[in-house]
Amino acid sequence: MIEVVRPGSLATVQDLGRAGYAHLGVPSSGAADRVSLCLANRLVGNAEGDAGLELTFGEAALRFSSAAWIAVTGAPLSVRPGTMNAPYHVAAGTVVEFGVPSAGIRTYVAVRGGIDVPAVLGSRSTDMLSGLGPAPLSAGDRLAVGRATGLITVDVAPGLVLKEVPVLRLAAGPRDDWFKTLAPLASAAYEVTSQSNRVGVRLDGPALVRRRREELPSEGMVTGALQVPPNGLPIIFLADHPTTGGYPVAAVLVTGDIPRAAQLRPGQRVRFRFVDRG
Amino acid sequence: MRVRRAGDAALLIETEEPHRLNAAVRSLGRTDIVDVVPGARTLLVTTSPGTDLGRLGTLIGGLTPPETYEPGGEPLRVPVVYDGADLDEVAALTGLSREEVVARHSAGSYVVAYLGFSPGFGYLTGLDERLHVPRRDSPRTSVPAGSVAIAGPYAAVYPSSSPGGWRLLGRTRLRMWDPEREPPSLLQPGTPVRFVVSTE
Repeated sequence: MIEVVRPGSLATVQDLGRAGYAHLGVPSSGAADRVSLCLANRLVGNAEGDAGLELTFGEAALRFSSAAWIAVTGAPLSVRPGTMNAPYHVAAGTVVEFGVPSAGIRTYVAVRGGIDVPAVLGSRSTDMLSGLGPAPLSAGDRLAVGRATGLITVDVAPGLVLKEVPVLRLAAGPRDDWFKTLAPLASAAYEVTSQSNRVGVRLDGPALVRRRREELPSEGMVTGALQVPPNGLPIIFLADHPTTGGYPVAAVLVTGDIPRAAQLRPGQRVRFRFVDRG
Repeated sequence: MRVRRAGDAALLIETEEPHRLNAAVRSLGRTDIVDVVPGARTLLVTTSPGTDLGRLGTLIGGLTPPETYEPGGEPLRVPVVYDGADLDEVAALTGLSREEVVARHSAGSYVVAYLGFSPGFGYLTGLDERLHVPRRDSPRTSVPAGSVAIAGPYAAVYPSSSPGGWRLLGRTRLRMWDPEREPPSLLQPGTPVRFVVSTE
């Protein structure tokens, strides 16, 4: 068992989400930074899709009532006792304290055996938009740990390198033709606003100007999409984004850059670079 | 049909018949397709990493949707108690009586165009044109599950309690959404729906 002593500002259980239900209006959900969750799981010999914890801005504390192997990845912070990006053995009764990240916002904690909460539609993820899955963690919550199956084969992995002003790659479209130009995305820096969450990263900066004024008939939305509401300021859709939407998507992040978008903090600046379509 | 890219892992296909194309794409049975999501006039196809989108786009662009495709089979009959909080407002906005609003709403043949907003929330087309009314200026902070509502050209049933700005006509006892059930949603893209006047 793991007892949540302190969840920090937001701690949730996350795996790789609920693929296959988007046509029923069910968000994908899952770890916002999937790469970091998968790494944490590999470090403790889990399957990549096992459930772990997603800490937001750190400052959590967990008590392990039984001995456990854990791995901490993602936004770098102090782990006492412990270390980042390597398997670490925690003795029974230990309280592990997580500090504040020095960069990024989402830190992942995997436990050998995985977090064992009931799955909803095939996933243990907390979906902050629809409310599916377990509630966000509160002090006093107790989490069961599953049975370990795999072997620990990795000693240490390279940590996440986060730039102060990251440059994220974009593919134009599918609705680039609804805008006069996408040039501001390629030239300006945008600032991440404090309204950002697991649904999306809200940006402030030069507004995109619409060429077409009519309403877009609702259509399916992908993770990483830059959806542009009437104010012209893009929202980067993260894991808990709605499945359909009626505002045009000007461009979509390259899949490999979505985890870095999920690590953007309020107040941070970000730039974009367009890549050719494959 | 026009095939657009939605990033490096998805195609957005513009089509006048999203449900027929949906059936055709699903019948391909490809394991590299993750989600197939109908919109009002589109079909979004998301794929697992490494899928050759160029080839998939050509394949889908050349699909002949099944001639025999019958959207959804028998209509889902939704019993409605018409005692909604916005009945009078809708009557005033449309110049109809409450009874006429109910008669027109319960006479329609509806089809689920697409889902969104929340799990199991279907946007139903087929609403009588006289009942096309705008959303409320300020949304309610909580609309109960089972609320039967209209907004713009669409009808819907709130599948779970949520904030909402649609005009409430009544309520149904049907459980539209239950994640423990398979399938969890009574509504799927293409499901035909009828609303039936009920007293309970």
